[in-house]
Amino acid sequence: MHETMVAQSVFDSVLEQAKLHDKKPLSVTISCGQFNPINDEAINFAFEMVAKGTVCEGMKLKVVHKPLTAKCRACENKFDFDIASPSCTKCDSSEFDFAEDAPLLLEEIELED
Amino acid sequence: MKVPLNKKILDKNEECALQNSEFFATHDIVCMNVISSPGSGKTTILSQTIRDLTGKTKIAVIEGDIRTDTDAKKIRATGAPAVQIETKGACHLSAQQVTGALSAIPATDMDIIFIENVGNLVCPSDFALGENGRVIVLSVPEGDDKPIKYPQTFAKADIVLINKIDLIDHIKFDMERALLDIRAVNSNATILKISATTGEGMQDWHNWLLDQKNNS
Repeated sequence: MHETMVAQSVFDSVLEQAKLHDKKPLSVTISCGQFNPINDEAINFAFEMVAKGTVCEGMKLKVVHKPLTAKCRACENKFDFDIASPSCTKCDSSEFDFAEDAPLLLEEIELED
Repeated sequence: MKVPLNKKILDKNEECALQNSEFFATHDIVCMNVISSPGSGKTTILSQTIRDLTGKTKIAVIEGDIRTDTDAKKIRATGAPAVQIETKGACHLSAQQVTGALSAIPATDMDIIFIENVGNLVCPSDFALGENGRVIVLSVPEGDDKPIKYPQTFAKADIVLINKIDLIDHIKFDMERALLDIRAVNSNATILKISATTGEGMQDWHNWLLDQKNNS
């Protein structure tokens, strides 16, 4: 994933909300799926860079990695898919139907009270 | 105080992709985003496809490369319209670049438009361009480990073309391994073994492509 581009896009949205409510932003939560994963370290570094010297400096950025449900075609077992070990947790088969993967989402921004 | 937004990130690209997709629907065009490593044979596959389908369907190509218009020239040599996007360093095409390119070809006269993305198995996968489907090309000399190393890209394929199949006897390539790894992230994609050079499997690819057009 393009963490720098994502960080810039998140930063723009946070700044817009901070101005709109005229409050200092404290934290932001974003989420991604299993087939569009965000690298936590890279996004935090990139966000720190773009936030430097702005009202967003020192903010916390939290990434939620949403699970992806797979249903085994052989035994119909439903489980959270792990891309690092793509086999059925029950029968070891490797053909599944997937639920929809979570999109890359800016979930919420926390502003000071 | 918490402000819930639930807003898509990279929304500017998403909005543009949506506009492209509406354009394709309005003009009854099927658009395929072709993604692979550099050197897998994307341009050769497209050139041969255009030659094979001349008179049957009208095809244009949007070419994406970091530098040069080499690939657009190869496509034009087949008689089909082609436009080159030089990304000048960017490792993938964006939806906005595709919107611009569409005005440089007689897009509305076309049945099928291919977007040949920048050769890269990582970044293009994250950027929707408004396409109807994704064609992922894996060539035999790249090795059978590509699907497991780049699962996100293969997960989003509508069709995987295993190209340069004519070289299979000369190269260590475990076909069973590659197929299992593709299936593990994508049970629905069509998988075809082809050689754009010898013509093997190309008829199946053409049939798949024309089916996309007929079912659109």
